[in-house]
Amino acid sequence: MRVLGIESSCDETGVAIYDAEQGLIGEALYSQVALHAEYGGVVPELASRDHVRKLLPLLDEALADADCDLASIDAIAYTAGPGLMGALLVGASVARSLAWSRGLPSLGVHHLEGHLLASMLDDNPPEFPFVCLLVSGGHTQLFEVLAVGQYQLLGQSLDDAAGEAFDKTAKMLGLAYPGGPLLAKLAESGEVDAYRFSRPMTNRPGLDFSFSGLKTQAITTWKKSSQSAQCAANVACAFEEAVVDTLLIKCRRALQQTGSQRLVIAGGVGANRNLRQRLRAVLGKDQVEVFYPRIEFCTDNGAMIAYAGCLRLQAGQCDELKINAQPRWDMQSLPALI
Amino acid sequence: MKLLAIDTTTEACSAALWLDGEVIFRYQVAPREHGNLILAMLDQLLAEAGVTLKQFDGLAFARGPGAFTGVRIATSVVQGIAYGVDLPVVAVSTLATLAQRAYRESGAKQVLSAIDARMQEVYWGAYVLDESAVMRSVATEVVMKPEALQMPKEGRWCGAGTGWGTYEAVLSAPLEGRLDRVLGALLPHAQDLAALAVVDLRAGKGVSAENALPVYLRDNVAQKPKPKT
Ligand SMILES: Nc1ncnc2c1ncn2[C@@H]1O[C@H](COP(=O)(O)OP(=O)(O)O)[C@@H](O)[C@H]1O
Repeated sequence: MRVLGIESSCDETGVAIYDAEQGLIGEALYSQVALHAEYGGVVPELASRDHVRKLLPLLDEALADADCDLASIDAIAYTAGPGLMGALLVGASVARSLAWSRGLPSLGVHHLEGHLLASMLDDNPPEFPFVCLLVSGGHTQLFEVLAVGQYQLLGQSLDDAAGEAFDKTAKMLGLAYPGGPLLAKLAESGEVDAYRFSRPMTNRPGLDFSFSGLKTQAITTWKKSSQSAQCAANVACAFEEAVVDTLLIKCRRALQQTGSQRLVIAGGVGANRNLRQRLRAVLGKDQVEVFYPRIEFCTDNGAMIAYAGCLRLQAGQCDELKINAQPRWDMQSLPALI
Repeated sequence: MKLLAIDTTTEACSAALWLDGEVIFRYQVAPREHGNLILAMLDQLLAEAGVTLKQFDGLAFARGPGAFTGVRIATSVVQGIAYGVDLPVVAVSTLATLAQRAYRESGAKQVLSAIDARMQEVYWGAYVLDESAVMRSVATEVVMKPEALQMPKEGRWCGAGTGWGTYEAVLSAPLEGRLDRVLGALLPHAQDLAALAVVDLRAGKGVSAENALPVYLRDNVAQKPKPKT
């Protein structure tokens, strides 16, 4: 089965083609980051408008990249949610109509399931069951993953998502939007012991997170400092250390609680180098295998949607003749694959 | 000639097939249900007529102005189909579609279309019937406060659309009695959209799928943050 995947849930338009036999054979991605940067954050209406302009040219690009034509596509998968309603509707409408016009099955895919399964696209994919840390701009969640569609939520952020905290702290330090990666870069030149921030919610049991206090600590420290370039780097460094440490502590706890020996990282913050290195180094000593998607599959992309869709479409799942877009959608409500 | 037409730009959702002069359609006033309805409508119409997409010469969609989300559903659906079966697309104004409907239902030959655009504004256009019974735009379509509109200085007119429903007094005053009729609840219908689109398709004005794009009229939709001083 060869599946065309379409992602448009937020500010990336992604298209990819996944072939059950050959793997990922083509992809194209357009990021709207520059468009939203001037506004200091994603403007939903502008995001929707841009998806409309970009989606079909990206379809052409992905098909050309795969060196195949539409006639060889067997099914279509698209992100049905969660995400921005207007943005989701563009991808869902094009995907569902395209499928209908060619008499193909289609399926609305859960965006977070896409992220969660993204490391399966790797040459050395993890086996089930595993613990998944999903860390993105909108989510910080720990799941026990028993199989495709069997997801047990172990803990989640009670306030800001990790990526959101990165972005807000970065903004306060005067970095451009989206600040996460820039803050990580700045942290590299920080003095490790200049400041130490707390590791929120780690000194009591449980797997929930809270990052908004950490963000406030960073802001307070910055305001009290001399606000030199070095100070900014030091604050960035202490902030990143605290986030990475907190994530590490909770992951370890989740692994112990579930008895799992495999940890899978998913979502944009998974691109953070410090996080990747620390998790591997520390958990490696516990004989835990840590899996990451390649960097470009940490953030939103069409490949993960094509892949997740392919698994479910092969199992016979498909849409009704409706345009399926759900801005809120609980991943635990997904059916298991049988 | 066979043409398929859709409109999802207002509270109404409709689809029509123009089959060598004969028209069949589905029409339902169903706010926020367009995504659930539009493809099923098309599917039923094709089955009813016993035709397949391959037999069509082109597609048409209401390209706006209208509700942003609805405008994008129409655009994206038509893009998806056109890309899938490689057909040319005709983009038709929602305001012109309203005017065409006003002609079909009440015989009006000069129509001022107005759609309530919220924020105390209306989407606005003026249309006059040509010799082939097709409404032609005679003024640039705009989004504006109703009191700021440039009204035609002469001729007798029919007012059509929800903009009239909301702002009839403000809109009719400058016309000084040259208003024959107000259809303040009129919504666009794919049947009229098809009538307009057939002419353009014949004239070779169809575009490729990726060039089937919306017209919002309201384009200042986001405020840039003021630089901190
Ligand atoms: N190297 C990095 N370090 C920290 N955060 C990062 C890094 N790269 C990306 N991010 C963060 O990841 C988030 C985007 O990830 P993504 O999975 O696309 O999130 P969402 O779909 O929820 O917006 C942003 O908050 C961004 O700042």
